[in-house]
Amino acid sequence: MKRSPLASVGLHAALVCASAVAVFPVFWVLVTSFKPDARAVSSRLLDESTVDNYVRVLSGEKGDFLAWTANSVSIALATTVLAVFLSATAAYAASRFRFAGRRVLLRSFLLVQMFPFAVLIVPLYNVLLALGLQGSSFGLVLVYCTTAVPFCTYMLKGYFDTVPAEIDEAGRVDGLSPFGVFWRLIVPLSRPGLAVTGFYAFLTAWGEVAFASALLSASDESKTLAVGLQVFVQQNRTEWGHLAAASVLVALPAVALFYPVQRYLVTGLSSGAVKG
Amino acid sequence: MVLPVVLVVAVLVLFPLGQGVLFTFTDVDEGTIANPVLGRPATYEWVGLRNYAGILSGDPGYGAFWGTLGRTMVWTFGCVLCHYALGLGLALLLNRQVRGRAVYRALLILPWAVPAFVSAFAWRHLLNARYGIVNQVLRALGLPDPVWLGQSDWALVAVMVVNVWLGTPFMMVALLGGLQSIPTTLYEAAEVDGASPWQRFRHVTLPGLRAVSGTVVLLGVIWTFNMFAVVYLITGANPNTRLLVTYAFERFFSAASRDYAVASTYGVLILSVLLVFAAAYRRALREEAA
Repeated sequence: MKRSPLASVGLHAALVCASAVAVFPVFWVLVTSFKPDARAVSSRLLDESTVDNYVRVLSGEKGDFLAWTANSVSIALATTVLAVFLSATAAYAASRFRFAGRRVLLRSFLLVQMFPFAVLIVPLYNVLLALGLQGSSFGLVLVYCTTAVPFCTYMLKGYFDTVPAEIDEAGRVDGLSPFGVFWRLIVPLSRPGLAVTGFYAFLTAWGEVAFASALLSASDESKTLAVGLQVFVQQNRTEWGHLAAASVLVALPAVALFYPVQRYLVTGLSSGAVKG
Repeated sequence: MVLPVVLVVAVLVLFPLGQGVLFTFTDVDEGTIANPVLGRPATYEWVGLRNYAGILSGDPGYGAFWGTLGRTMVWTFGCVLCHYALGLGLALLLNRQVRGRAVYRALLILPWAVPAFVSAFAWRHLLNARYGIVNQVLRALGLPDPVWLGQSDWALVAVMVVNVWLGTPFMMVALLGGLQSIPTTLYEAAEVDGASPWQRFRHVTLPGLRAVSGTVVLLGVIWTFNMFAVVYLITGANPNTRLLVTYAFERFFSAASRDYAVASTYGVLILSVLLVFAAAYRRALREEAA
């Protein structure tokens, strides 16, 4: 199909406008992060810009930023690994085996999405207390898994359904155990789907605020970034410059992880959604 | 292999869920809940359906349920409609042969990649009534510059704009995947038959997207209905942006007494509303398919 030049201009104009809207808030935070707090509210693009905010945030002058980062990284990575492993095995089982309660299981995963998790904080706290995990980051990882695993399982099941069952049979004939088939054949074939679920689990844990502030112990060293950043928002006054610099530092790993994954997002997400 | 998940889900979801449901029939709050750390036993009592009666009567002391439900509906359907329309529009644009497609896609996905609380800070900065860039631009153009995040309906508009900004990339990506799974031969056949672009969209694209649309719209409604972080981080306990889920959280944390019973009751009511919606939605989809 040939497009008229006018249509081409229109197409690009629409895409440029949409991209500008998508990028501008993030760009503005980046610009603000270089301004001193007092100038952070000015609308000039560069206003006495320096890297002082970054230096102060990273040096720990404004709270233990590096410790928060370490906590966030370890919690998010643990959540990702655990959630992907749990949801992949469950999704594989749900995709390939017929067992009692299979439909109920899949239905209940959707149900879990419907219940507002914010309301479960106290009962969850009780559970963690009973397990001796209150205030620990592992407890938080488990809680994040309960939000991430149902959705990931749902998506991965759809993905595994698209992998032909003949591959499993061939693997069994070659003497692999069911887990062997899953691990040696299905996992490598499903990398896009796994990348998407892993990414989803990572972001769930990386940006979560309510549970992290409620369930982690109150000491400064055990906070995650999402909780720690609250120190820049005081009652009457927000240290915008510092907050922006810290925000950029928080967003960078998420964005850096996102871009290698994004080309898989389209296929991973849609095959899950189509077959789910 | 499914066992570990079932175990984790049972311990960390079903048990808390059960306990949460039990709470709805009691008057449990911070003063009466069992506190193993202090070695204090539970002293809360059964109150039967009192919480439900209080909430469903619309009593302002219980969060003026019906008004809040209405606002939550406006919020949910407004957001999901915009998500879907914008996501579909952008997906259609991106599905064409256009130079720099990968760059556009990467830029358009950006809001999704940034953690929600960072976006919330960014938008609070942009929308600040006095020095936010949005109002500075509006003033420069001689237009009215409302107090976006104050005690007026503008606050709800503002959080909806932010949520649309946040949620559109997900829809766009999902629908783009759906578009790419439609065989091009269908379009060619339609063109040979002399179908106009609108007819091709109406009779090839939309049916081809049915499965994806059905799932993402349902998920979108569920997520938006329960969206907590965006609203809470941007406007806090502002009654003009109060949704069912943020009010539950308010009862839970900000209120002096930490009223767990009423918060849990809200949780159960939210679940019921969504269950009814999901059942009706599935039936509608099935009937449309038949």
